[in-house]
Amino acid sequence: MGLISFLKNKFAKKEEKEVEAYSQGMEKSREFFSNKLTNLSKKYKKVNQEYFEQLEEILIESDVGVNLTLKVIDELLIESREKKINDAEEINSLLIDLLFEDYSKKGSSITDISFDNQTTVLLVVGVNGVGKTTTIAKIANRYLKQGKSVALVAGDTFRAGAIEQLCIWGDRLNIPVIKGNENADPASVVYDGVKYAKNNNIDLLIVDTAGRLQNKQNLMDELSKIKRVISKEIANGPQETFLIIDATTGQNGVVQAKAFSEITPLTGVVITKMDGTSKGGIILAIRDELGTPVRFIGLGEKMEDLKPFDLDKYLYGLCIGE
Amino acid sequence: MAFESLTDKLSNVFKKLRGQARLSESNMEDMLKEIRIALLEADVNFKVVKEFINNVKEKAIGQDVLNKLNPSQMITKIVHDELETLLGGGETEVKYNSNKPTIIMLVGLQGSGKTTSAGKLAYLMKNKLNKKVLLAACDVYRPAAIEQLCAIGKTVGVQVINKGTNISPVEIAKEAKIIAYNEHYDVLIIDTAGRITIDEDLMTEINNIKNDVQPDETILLVDAMSGQDAVNVAQAFNEKTPLTGIIMSKLDGDARGGAALSIRHMTGVPIKFAGVGEKVSDLDVFHPDRMADRILGMGDVMTLVEKAQEQIDEESAKKAANKMMSGKFDLNDMLGQMKQVQKLGSLGGLMKLIPGMPKITPEQTKMAEDQMKRFEIVINSMTPEERKHPEILQYTRKIRIAKGSGKQVSDVNAVLKRFDQMKQAMKQVENYRKTGRMPPGGLGGFGGGMGF
Repeated sequence: MGLISFLKNKFAKKEEKEVEAYSQGMEKSREFFSNKLTNLSKKYKKVNQEYFEQLEEILIESDVGVNLTLKVIDELLIESREKKINDAEEINSLLIDLLFEDYSKKGSSITDISFDNQTTVLLVVGVNGVGKTTTIAKIANRYLKQGKSVALVAGDTFRAGAIEQLCIWGDRLNIPVIKGNENADPASVVYDGVKYAKNNNIDLLIVDTAGRLQNKQNLMDELSKIKRVISKEIANGPQETFLIIDATTGQNGVVQAKAFSEITPLTGVVITKMDGTSKGGIILAIRDELGTPVRFIGLGEKMEDLKPFDLDKYLYGLCIGE
Repeated sequence: MAFESLTDKLSNVFKKLRGQARLSESNMEDMLKEIRIALLEADVNFKVVKEFINNVKEKAIGQDVLNKLNPSQMITKIVHDELETLLGGGETEVKYNSNKPTIIMLVGLQGSGKTTSAGKLAYLMKNKLNKKVLLAACDVYRPAAIEQLCAIGKTVGVQVINKGTNISPVEIAKEAKIIAYNEHYDVLIIDTAGRITIDEDLMTEINNIKNDVQPDETILLVDAMSGQDAVNVAQAFNEKTPLTGIIMSKLDGDARGGAALSIRHMTGVPIKFAGVGEKVSDLDVFHPDRMADRILGMGDVMTLVEKAQEQIDEESAKKAANKMMSGKFDLNDMLGQMKQVQKLGSLGGLMKLIPGMPKITPEQTKMAEDQMKRFEIVINSMTPEERKHPEILQYTRKIRIAKGSGKQVSDVNAVLKRFDQMKQAMKQVENYRKTGRMPPGGLGGFGGGMGF
């Protein structure tokens, strides 16, 4: 049974709210991706060279990236020849299978943060303007609802207004925010945060950092200093390091992930603003190149719209929907 | 740099084509394929790539390969010229009203850099063009957006209209306009709210501000890292509220910024400025030729040349060269040379500008820079006599220099070793001048002497 029909059966009753969230949040992507595939299969009853070129085009236009696209199209050509498939719809469903396989065999698929008896430190990194601070608020909200104690560290002492922005979220969620002065050494603020978390038995300490372009050496050095400060105080800390990526990011997303993972091992990627784009293929490109799992995905502006990433639901949202 | 440069890729393809003097459909095919991939990797929109490649093909077929160029260079040149033409053109300068405030409205998606760019624009206009600038904080939605603009306004030293968040953005903009007129400001920059995507609310709000305030310029912020969607965003904005210009933000990252080409091509809106760093002074006018280099991954050669011309004192360079050749080169000259390289800016920044140098990591450039600093400190701790005649440096002198500079004797030895290498290299050049033959292994010593 192909993946598409499997997903259709699995989510046929649509009991889960989560599935609906994916359906809604990925509406634009689905309109783009799924409609293009369907139209294509209507236009070509039997596949030929041109058909594969058109598929290639759709993948590249979705920001899947040149490398992964060429690889998957090659595999598709080989498999369709071996299995003697030339029906357009079957080819499309095979393509989805291949994309799914590529993602799932590249590494683990954990999503939620796990806790033990000490403070779990989550370090949040990313380039400028991807939505780090907002995502932090959403993650905090999620674990507050699960009954965890959460505190935030305003480690972005560089951007004007960044500390205020995090504090506003702290007020709204009614959780402590550990902060320093503007332009203070972020590592010292982080140190205070970790001390506070240890003394107050905080379950989850989320550390905001200044947005930095990955090719800025001194800022990347600052990040590794922050990391050292945390690991001195917390065994295995930071247990989690999330790279936040804007879903509209192009091929530079892969470069970002590589550069950040060289400074501090990434335990996950969070995709933001997914509902704002019809693309978002960068998820697949990053997974293909680095194996880092997507942990959460931002499907809307509301607090609850940050969802644990679920490949089945993602593909359901992308290919089938309502 | 993350991508292999296009020039490298093309020269591999070219090896097959040695000796062909005319571009034809068949000998261009592989090259065009590489160019296509390079453009796609740079996030140029798929449709634009397709059209672009076809254009290049039409232009190139039948062209004679210019003297001294090989076919791959020839096609790179055609592609580059074509890119430059496409990226440039249009009204790229802001026109200022002479008798009333010029009103500039900044629009864009969340996180594209509107607030930061508002500050940078204010800085540029205030300090470089002597304008009296007023900022209006109309993003009442994002937490602390107004605080951010106020803080930036303070840094730049311009006034910010801050009415808090319990007032509609249209009202703030209207009030700001009145103040701008009454207090004879030259420029009013309006920072608007971003949205995650183009929605009706955002567009209505922007249009309301537009109708009430009648800005002279409506400028869209585009993140240099945006992918294939960038062009749709720009088109949607342009349809709803006609744009007069674009600012590419975050060009100081390593994104190739293909979105610039796509947007220019699909909307015709000119790119006016580029954000090139984190400081308020880091906003540049847009250079189409450099952007073309960047999209192709060719390195920003022009910028390097300009930088070098600005800062290298030609006279002293000549002096050093003459001294080198006459064999009187001493440690003073070596220090002088190192300082000139330093003047050009950080080595890392410099390396990135040179095509064909993709494999240097930030750590390596940092190491080279550190080494340069160490050398300078050590040489500065020597007496003038010692600098002129390094050969007199015996063990006791070395210990004194090491102590004086706070370094190790091994550091002093490293300087001397490098000095010997450079002298050696110069002898080779001298021989080359006499015999007309290049020394085996090239001029490695020179690169070493610069601290690379």
